[in-house]
Amino acid sequence: MPSEKFTYIESTAVPLNIENVDTDQIIPARFLKATTREGFGENLFRDWRYDRNNQPKADFVLNDNKYKGTILVAGKNFGSGSSREHAAWAVHDYGFKVVVSSFFADIFKNNALNNGVLPVQVSAEFLDLIFGEIEKNNKTIVIVDLEKQEIILKESGKKENFEINSYKKECLLNGYDDIDYLLNLKDKIAAFEESK
Amino acid sequence: MAGKTLFDKIWDAHVVDEIKDGPSVLYIDKHLIHEVTSPQAFAGIEKRGLKVFRPQNTVATPDHNIPTVDQHLEIKDQLSRFQVNKLTENCNRHGITLYGLSHPFQGIVHVIGPELGITQPGMTMVCGDSHTSTHGAFGSVAFGIGTSEVEMVLATQCILQPKPKKMRVNVEGELSKGVSAKDVILYIISKMSASGGTGYFIEYAGSAIRSLSMEGRMTVCNMSIESGARGGLIAPDETTFEYIKGREFAPKGSDYDEAVKKWKKLKTDDDAVFDAELNFDAADIEPMITYGTNPGMGVKISSHIPEESKIEKSELLSYQKSLKYMGFAAGEKMVGKAVDYVFVGSCTNGRIEDLRVVADFVKGKKKADNITAWIVPGSKQVEKQANEEGITQILEEAGFKLRQPGCSACLAMNDDKIPEGKLAVATSNRNFEGRQGPGSRTMLASPLTAAAIAVTGTIIDPKTLL
Ligand code: SF4
Repeated sequence: MPSEKFTYIESTAVPLNIENVDTDQIIPARFLKATTREGFGENLFRDWRYDRNNQPKADFVLNDNKYKGTILVAGKNFGSGSSREHAAWAVHDYGFKVVVSSFFADIFKNNALNNGVLPVQVSAEFLDLIFGEIEKNNKTIVIVDLEKQEIILKESGKKENFEINSYKKECLLNGYDDIDYLLNLKDKIAAFEESK
Repeated sequence: MAGKTLFDKIWDAHVVDEIKDGPSVLYIDKHLIHEVTSPQAFAGIEKRGLKVFRPQNTVATPDHNIPTVDQHLEIKDQLSRFQVNKLTENCNRHGITLYGLSHPFQGIVHVIGPELGITQPGMTMVCGDSHTSTHGAFGSVAFGIGTSEVEMVLATQCILQPKPKKMRVNVEGELSKGVSAKDVILYIISKMSASGGTGYFIEYAGSAIRSLSMEGRMTVCNMSIESGARGGLIAPDETTFEYIKGREFAPKGSDYDEAVKKWKKLKTDDDAVFDAELNFDAADIEPMITYGTNPGMGVKISSHIPEESKIEKSELLSYQKSLKYMGFAAGEKMVGKAVDYVFVGSCTNGRIEDLRVVADFVKGKKKADNITAWIVPGSKQVEKQANEEGITQILEEAGFKLRQPGCSACLAMNDDKIPEGKLAVATSNRNFEGRQGPGSRTMLASPLTAAAIAVTGTIIDPKTLL
């Protein structure tokens, strides 16, 4: 999917201090019956967010008015489990542009990047620090600067660098897409098939 | 220069191009698709005005979202019907082979690929499903992808993919009676944790792995993803070649002999170096079961849920949350817990060998009154064979309900849902919260363990009954 350009984000953050958040929690399988990419945000974290009578659960962070923003901060090993890209669509459709964690499952990471959602992997210490600051002050501003590959806590000025491979960084900064890149290689691909 | 791993050999032979400091352009030999993760990919290429680049390299079947009763009738659920019909339309429009609901080859993608001889050593294979790792049992590089990547493969037969690191997991020695491939992999994941394999592609090796049948090897490779690894593979050997021989799409006659010659070269060089290596002793492995809500939370059935003091600090919150969800207490023993449902099926343990194990055990016995037992064959071919071997009859006499092939209660997209609060022992691969239906509680185990529990009605170590 060609996506919007991604450069710099400054936002309050939503803290989801749970480890091993799997794709079945991000978007339960029963919502995978759609044939388009839209509308998954409604069911993001469905079973944590709503009870059996579809009433919002007050103790879940997305239902807590204190926390808002386009940055989701989550515990270690976010996005484990299924390859369903619907998980990345749900995160994106809900309005998150960045997910911060100390560890991401591989497939989720690829899926997020392919949908203009930036997974920012930080150290366990820095993750603790972010959770700590948000807990103290729910208005804590987090800055994610893709160009500089930096995540900064605005008030305290504490920051950390994050990794992203330079190809993917270019894609995000410019809104490019992998398929365009591959389509330009069709002759080379055909030649490869010949040589096999 | 150090030698190459099997993974390197296959990967490197499929690299069309490299992006500096970026992913490789990897050529894909076989692409499997199903109804749930493909519609948006077809829509994507059509929006760009493209046709499928190599339709002959893709095979399709509906499996995730189909009913497992009355498959000859129109699908009742409107959204499911729409999605399955969409797959048919897309395949027809793009000239892709489809094994639809009425076709004798239909089944779970990861069951039909191997049984039809589509899966072969040395291939690169992908599917929009994380358990594509199953096909690694044949010495292929197979892994799950997202829908954007499905779109890439449809459009160009390639994907952009960073090369994973390599890990070898050795299991040496002899497995004891009652210990199956499922116990081996649950044991490995319990040692590695649900994220210990992230960033890696695993090669399974050692005498205990070699001793496994192809079905057993598929079970092991299938669950690679549950440790976070992209995939797992096992070097092909005589067991592999024998399994492939004579299958529908396997090479025949002299082509087969030629292929075997090539396949025999597919192994890791003695001096190859892995980024990580783990060693396990087969003698330490016992029948396993999970107690929590990720597949890494497994223990020997004969033992206890770990005490809180044994859990690493970073895992503590997840551990507490899991026990609360499961309704279990720290330190509790596993044996004796009453179970409500037994589910035998899925791409992990829904093959003919798995059904045979269950039938052997329950023959002449009855399931316990408190148990609802479902058996869902992995494919139409498995179903047919089970009928021919008399397995179906044995299972029905024991009080098991047999359903038609599909993913079924493994992910509960159709009506096969474990009711809220009920405790299920499942031969599938995921015990996530609500995986088998909202509020359902799942414990993962082997087909033998599942059969034993179905008969006794409570958690039991099958070794004590052999
Ligand atoms: S059986 Fe379960 S794990 Fe296997 S492909 Fe189907 S849903 Fe996925």
